[in-house]
Amino acid sequence: MTAAEIAEKVGGTVAVAADGAQATSVYVGDLLSDVMGHAGEDCVLVTIQNHLNTIAVCTLVGCTVLVICHSRPIPPDMAEGAAREGVAVVVTPLSQYAVALALKELPPSTH
Amino acid sequence: MSDYSPTILQGQQTNDDEILAKTPLDAKALGGDSSVVIMELLQRFKVRDVMKRQVLSIPRKATLREAQRILRENHISGLPVSEDGRLYGIISVNDIINGLDHGWMDDTVDMHMASSLVVLEAGMPISFALRYFNNYTYGRFPVLDSNRQLVGIISQRDVMRALLYELSVEIRKLERKTADKVAQPAPPSETHFFRREWAVVHNDLTGAGRAANEIKQLLREKKVDRSVARRIAVAAYELEINICIHSHGGVLVMVISDNAVTITAKDRGPGIPDIEWACRDGTSTANDWIRSLGFGAGMGLSNSKRVADFFEIESEVGKFTKVTCAFNLKKLEAPAGGTAS
Ligand SMILES: Nc1ncnc2c1ncn2[C@@H]1O[C@H](COP(=O)(O)OP(=O)(O)O)[C@@H](O)[C@H]1O
Ligand SMILES: [Mg+2]
Repeated sequence: MTAAEIAEKVGGTVAVAADGAQATSVYVGDLLSDVMGHAGEDCVLVTIQNHLNTIAVCTLVGCTVLVICHSRPIPPDMAEGAAREGVAVVVTPLSQYAVALALKELPPSTH
Repeated sequence: MSDYSPTILQGQQTNDDEILAKTPLDAKALGGDSSVVIMELLQRFKVRDVMKRQVLSIPRKATLREAQRILRENHISGLPVSEDGRLYGIISVNDIINGLDHGWMDDTVDMHMASSLVVLEAGMPISFALRYFNNYTYGRFPVLDSNRQLVGIISQRDVMRALLYELSVEIRKLERKTADKVAQPAPPSETHFFRREWAVVHNDLTGAGRAANEIKQLLREKKVDRSVARRIAVAAYELEINICIHSHGGVLVMVISDNAVTITAKDRGPGIPDIEWACRDGTSTANDWIRSLGFGAGMGLSNSKRVADFFEIESEVGKFTKVTCAFNLKKLEAPAGGTAS
């Protein structure tokens, strides 16, 4: 699923686009160590952590699309980091659970 | 017309002598590298060291006209609206300009102040403040203590002044050190090993994850199996973050040999009093603002232990913590003569 398709499903907007970013599974989490330990490659990460460190985690575990909940703003250093690392960022007014429901056709991410 | 005189919160202005009197940098931290010195400075200095403590403020029911007078007389561009240390908002020169434009000068400040505020905490490192100045357009941030009481205000100028001052001191120190340095022989090259080292600075969350990312890239270049590389990256990240948020600073070292990759994280203290407790899943001493960023889940050491083939922690309270994680690159050969099952 592409970032644009994900944005549409979660009623959000693509804040940072990334060429060819495709996601095949979903992980929901706000604790970065939890994401590090459990999220797999090519997943959508659904979180409220709107800062640069989330991008570092995405790059390390291979999350391709990041969905930021509750319309939290994307700070400029985060947007730059995402663009540099090729991580697409979608911002949505929905909560984590509502996003999970909206993306239910994708399987849970494991590794 | 009632005449409010500005409230001055208690506390003293941080003066340059105080800044100078700060403990000198650990010589090991210098490592002869000036960028490390700058990073150390950004982490060592806290918002409270640099902020202005004599905060002028104005109560909610003062008028815009009174706010204007205080701003003008004190040559400042923003004034906290606060009562008994509780912060309600900020009234800025911009609000005054709008007030003049619309004839609101006799309105009370609470009608026109900015009330959803971005604030800093006194204990945050200066690197955080710089990040905030970068990410928001505000020229100043109110500073609250851990009881949410207004204790200061910080502007970009305060930060720059303190940093420039301290930098000049550190540069002089570095220059002296370089002059004293006798040329040292290069260590013998380790032909079978690839070794690289990253300095990790206390509380530099902006750079956190940089070493782990470079490690992942190096492993990719060296064609290390993807799933092994990922396990190594997970451990490297967790150990890097731990040095960053729990220690006074340290190094992350990667050694690649023919059949193993070793990640070692060594720092300069404060050490871990109870290693067994620290290794448990979910135990953490991280503070609230570190947690609010998603760190401090208490899973870092257990994550590292789980992904590594070999895991060891050594620590001495007040001295150091050293965590070693090793990863086999090749499957171990079945022992000769063993029966296949
Ligand atoms: N390098 C270190 N120096 C001092 N204490 C540490 C260090 N690494 C870990 N600790 C201690 O061990 C605890 C658990 O670490 P960890 O499992 O990584 O969880 P977290 O970092 O989320 O707190 C930390 O909260 C801290 O008290
Ligand atoms: Mg940790």
